[in-house]
This record gives sequence, structure tokens and C-alpha cells, in this order.
Amino acid sequence: MRAAGASASAPNISTRRRLASGLTQGAVLAAVAALLWLAATNAAENLGRLGVAGGFGFLARPAGFAISQRLIDYSESSTYLRALEVAVLNTLVLALVAIVGATILGFALGLMRRSSNWLLAALAAGYVELLRNLPLLLQLYFWYFAVLRALPAPRASLSLLGVVFLNVRGLILPRPMAAAGSGATLAALAAGIVLAAAAALWIRWRRALSGEAPAPRLLVAALLAVPPALAWAAAGPPLDWELPELRGFNFAGGVVVQPEFVAMAVALSLYSAAYIAEIVRAGIDAVPRGQVEAARSLGLRSSAINAKIVVPQALRVIVPPLGNEYLRLFRNTTLAAAIGYPDLTLIFAGTAVNQTAQPVEVMLIVCVSYLAINLAVSAGINAYNRRIARSYR
Amino acid sequence: MSAPALGFRARSFLWSCVSTPANAALTLALALLAGYWLPGLLRWALVDARWAGHAAACRDASGACWSFIAQRWPLILYGSYPEPERWRVDVLFALVLVAGALLLSRRVRHKGLIGFVLVVAVPPATALLLLGGAAGLPFVPTARWGGLMLTVALGGAALAGSFPVGLLLALCRRSDLPVVRGLAVGLIEFLRGVPLVPLLFLAMTVLPLLLPPGTDPPPLLRVVVAFILFNGAAMAEVFRGGLQAIPRGQFEAAHSLGLSGPKTMALVILPQAIAIVTPGLLNVAVAIVKETTVILIIGLYDFFNEIVAGLADPQWLQGGSAVLTTGYFFAGLVYWGVCFGLSRVSAGLELAKERRG
Repeated sequence: MRAAGASASAPNISTRRRLASGLTQGAVLAAVAALLWLAATNAAENLGRLGVAGGFGFLARPAGFAISQRLIDYSESSTYLRALEVAVLNTLVLALVAIVGATILGFALGLMRRSSNWLLAALAAGYVELLRNLPLLLQLYFWYFAVLRALPAPRASLSLLGVVFLNVRGLILPRPMAAAGSGATLAALAAGIVLAAAAALWIRWRRALSGEAPAPRLLVAALLAVPPALAWAAAGPPLDWELPELRGFNFAGGVVVQPEFVAMAVALSLYSAAYIAEIVRAGIDAVPRGQVEAARSLGLRSSAINAKIVVPQALRVIVPPLGNEYLRLFRNTTLAAAIGYPDLTLIFAGTAVNQTAQPVEVMLIVCVSYLAINLAVSAGINAYNRRIARSYR
Repeated sequence: MSAPALGFRARSFLWSCVSTPANAALTLALALLAGYWLPGLLRWALVDARWAGHAAACRDASGACWSFIAQRWPLILYGSYPEPERWRVDVLFALVLVAGALLLSRRVRHKGLIGFVLVVAVPPATALLLLGGAAGLPFVPTARWGGLMLTVALGGAALAGSFPVGLLLALCRRSDLPVVRGLAVGLIEFLRGVPLVPLLFLAMTVLPLLLPPGTDPPPLLRVVVAFILFNGAAMAEVFRGGLQAIPRGQFEAAHSLGLSGPKTMALVILPQAIAIVTPGLLNVAVAIVKETTVILIIGLYDFFNEIVAGLADPQWLQGGSAVLTTGYFFAGLVYWGVCFGLSRVSAGLELAKERRG
């Protein structure tokens, strides 16, 4: 009797539970839908009173504002869509430059923190603790207003070898120009890459067959370097450099990098380098001490121990958090709005919102752009992590 | 494990500085650099500094210009909060100090209760105190809030608000109900994928449109909403780590004692999880302190922006680079002190946890 009752009530309980969970989820969905509907009707009423036409038609209209840094053609008569492309490119190029700077400095600092020289390690630790605990915006303002804006006028520029100049208007670099030999050198380089790839495949095939093959690195390097060098010698240099020249009150020629870009790149690099240094240090600490001791007892020099034993093993621990740090740096580029570097946030969330009076659509574009880049980069990082995890298994 | 003898440690330290000729040269260079810079910094900050007088006096000073900070001190602390009402701000500062001391002290017990009061009861009471308009306190609009007071109010609101939001999001993310879980994951990923500055712009421009016509929340309130959501998502990830660290047996034991689901969470799981994630929560607090400076972009005058505005004041512009450097040095000193202190506490808790095993 009891057994029969239990078996009868078991499906009962599970049905009741399923019903309860269904009801709860339905209620949550209904509440969210009601909230969204309320927000949408409010927005419609608010926007209707302002008399703003909705939709994304504005993207095809001329933007009408200038952008001070553009990597692709853009003028005031270009469309909003074009302005979006310019702004996204500005954000990406800033993130890229800062990532390169932060990685180099961060790895150097991380290795310094584990240096056998106490003073050097303390110096790196001091750097990390100083930069990590100061707001990034404060650092950015310091570099922009206290350092770059206090630089001399073009006539008294700071100069590096008379080629690179730094003054209150920004950083002026030589401009690379295609020269007579550029076609031949590029073709030779392409041929070299094809040959090197073929050689690598051949070496792998040989190895799979016989287990022995020539040292691949030297061959591949030679294939990559020799053809372009020959083409250079035969057809002349591939690039001419247009040097900046002081004419009157300003420089003519060369590439002018805005001070806003320089300040952003410097501040982001130095700030993220502090976090990357900690990531690198944790990676080094994750390599068992015995590995270093074994390498030392084999007679390897400390530079070789770092390059061949510690770094390759530490990299496995370093890469995942490093990817997250890159994403954080990318998100931090939005501080550019504070000093007027024309990135996605400043141009769209700032200027375009004011000009179009369509904040909902414009902010949707901004948010989707950041989310899309974020997701794309993190998908790339995850794929790389999986590859590394597999290759070490 | 006994510590090596002092003599041995001193000898190995010295040896680490001069083990090879290159190493010895490096040590010498660094020591010379430190010997040059540290006294220089002290001279700049103390000996050659100007402690009083106007901007003109700072122009040819070779040291810091502390008179800039001294003369703008009320603005830096209170912004344009009306002078007769500033005692209310002083109460806020005292409250923050007491709360910090209570939470960080090792002797004080019942920290859960204190934290609960700080999250639930203190923020509304403080908002009432600062805003006024009731209980005989004159009304002070948020447009007049500024300086350190605004930084503390925003940081405190963000911290107190993002704690429950983060907890709720983390619990929803673990829910058995796919709809609830999906909504939580979507919201967290959105808030972690979009940077803070665009979120602030979103809160400034779009949020008012979504509210019933006629409601126009002040900029500070919009900023607080953005801060709470943004840091709530960050805290949700911290809480998630803590909840995952609780062994399954704890749930099963609570269940077999006959505790209901909510009671299991409140009495068994959460107290353990929160203890585990305290260092992580402190790291979010450090991030919040640093993030508060961002409201400068929206045009609000927090502690940092009050100093920046002072530097742009025509009167102090005459002071030249001495004033500029002093302003950034002072702002940096304050933020660094707070953030470094908090991160030390966080690291200390982490270390204590590792020792306990």
C-alpha cells in the first residue's frame, strides 16, 4: 500500500515541481517583458514630444563634423557610417599600439621582479604598486596636461637624431613613401614567404617519414630574408622616407601623431604594463624551482635559462589572464573622451548623439560595436588557449 | 620552518647585489639614481616648497606649491556645498572612517550584521542627510555636491548598491531555471563587454527617455545607476567564484537537515562564500575608487575634477608648472594612499586564507 502510494506520488512531485518552475519562469519573463514594454512606451512618448524621427536612416546622411585624426578618407560631407568606420579604426589603432607597448614593458617588468638583483626587483615592484593604485584618468591627465602640453613649441622641438620630433603639437615621424624598388622587393618577399611555407611543409613531411630533417629555422629565415635583400640590391630601396622639416612656425612633411594619441598610448601602455608585470611574475612563479636549478646545473647562462626554460613554461600560465588584460586595455581606450582623442565613444556617444538627437539608435550602435569587438577578441583568445592547452598535454 | 639566521640573510642579500660584475654595475647605477632622486623629491615636496602666498609666489619656486591646495581646500573637500550645511558632509566623512575601522578591525565581531546595516540602512539615511529637504534640514540639490564629498558619496553608493545587485546576479546565474539563468548571463555579459564610459553616456542620454515623461533624474543619480550596474556585474563574477568554491556536501548536509533552499543559501552557503570572496570584493572596491574619477567626462566635479578645475583657474595658471605638478602630486597621493591601503588589506586576507589552508 505504502509502496504503491510512493510510486504514485513520485511523478506527482516532479510534475508539480515542473509546473512551479514553469510558472516562475513565465512570471519572470512576463515581468521583464512588462518592464521593457513600459520603457519602450515611455521612450516613444518622450521622443514623440521631441519630434525626432527614429530609425537608422541618419547613417546615410552627411555627418557635418570634422574628425581630427583619420586613417581613411573622411571629410565633413562624409556620411555617419563613414564617421563610424573612422572612429572604430581610431579606437582599434590606439588599442593595438598600447597593447604592443604594454606587452613589451610588462614582460620586462615581470622578469625584473624576479631578478636576482634586489634593487632591480624592488624598482619593478615599486613601479607596479605605484601605477596600479592610481586612477588611469589621473595618469592620462598627467601625461596630457602636465607633460605633453608643457612641451616646447615646434621651433624648440625635442628631436631624436633629427628624424623624430616631439613638441606641443604632437609627435612627428618620418613618412614612409613607396620608392622605385618597392614592387620588386614586395614580389620577392611574397616569393620568399611561399618558398618558406613550402620548405616548412616539406620538412614536416620528411620528419614524419624518416624522423630526421635539416634544422628548419635557419632555412626558413634564409628563405624569408634573402630574396627581398637581393631585390633591394638590384632595384633600389623599397621605401623612401619623407623627413619632417621645420618651415616657419611648423613642420612640413612627415606624419604628425596628435598629442592626444601619444598621451593615450603612453598612459594605457604604462598602466596595463603594471598588471601584465604581475601576470608575468605569477607565470614565472608557476614554473617549479627545480626546472631552473636543473638548467643551472646543466651550465646554462641565466639569459638562456630565461629564454629556453622559464618563459616557454610560464607562457602557458600567462596567456589566459594576458588576454583578459588586453580586453581591459581595449575597454579603457574609452577614456579618450576625456582629452578629446576622436575614438568611438567621443565621436558617437558624444558628438553624434548631440547632432542627431537620436540617442537610442546611436548608443545602440556604440554598445553593439564594443560588444562585438570584445566578443571577437575573447573568442580568439579562447581558441588560442585551447591550442596551447592541447600542445602541452 | 625556522627563519635563516640574520647574518646569512644579510650576506645572501649583499651577494645578490654584486654576484657578477654586470650585476654590481647595475646595483651601483640604481643606488646612485635613488641617491639622486629621493633627496630631490624630499627637497621638492618639503624644503623648497611654498606653503603660503598666491600663485605668483609659486611661479619661480623650485619646489611644490602647497598654497594651491591650502587655498582651495574647502572646494576640494566640499565642492560648492553651502557653507552652513557642511557639518552634514563632516558626518559623512566620520561615518566612512568608522565603518572602515569596524570592517577592517580584527577585534570587531558580527561583521555580517555591520555589513548588512551598511548596505541596507546607511545609504538611504546618508542620502537623506546630504540631500535634506526633510527633518528640518534645508534641501541641497546634487548639482551643488562636489569635491571629496562627491567622490565618497558616489563610491559609497556604488559599493553599497553593487553588493546586492552582484549577489542577486550571481545567484540568478546559478539558478535551475533556464530563463532566469539566461537573463542573468545576458545582463552580466553585456555589462562586462561595454566599457564604463559608454555606459555613463548611455545612462545620461537614454535612461531618462525610458522613464515616464516628466521624470528627470539629476545627473548624479543616472551616474550612480550606471556605476551600480557596472560594478554589480563585476561583483557577480567575484561571487560566482565564491559560490563555486563551496563543496557540494554543504548543500547536501543543509538539505538533509531539512533546510529549505533559501534558508540553505542564507544560513549555510552565503556566509562561507562571502568570507571566501572578501579579497575579491576589496579589489572591486579599489576599482570603484579609481573609477569615480571618470565622472569628470560627464562634467561632474569630484575630488579629482575639483583639483583639475583649480589648475585651469586663470589665477593659478600664472603659477606655471609648480602648481600643475603639485596638483597632480597631491591628487595622486590621496588616491594612491586609499587604493594601496585597500589592496594591502585584500592581499593580507588572501595570505591569511592560504595559511589556514
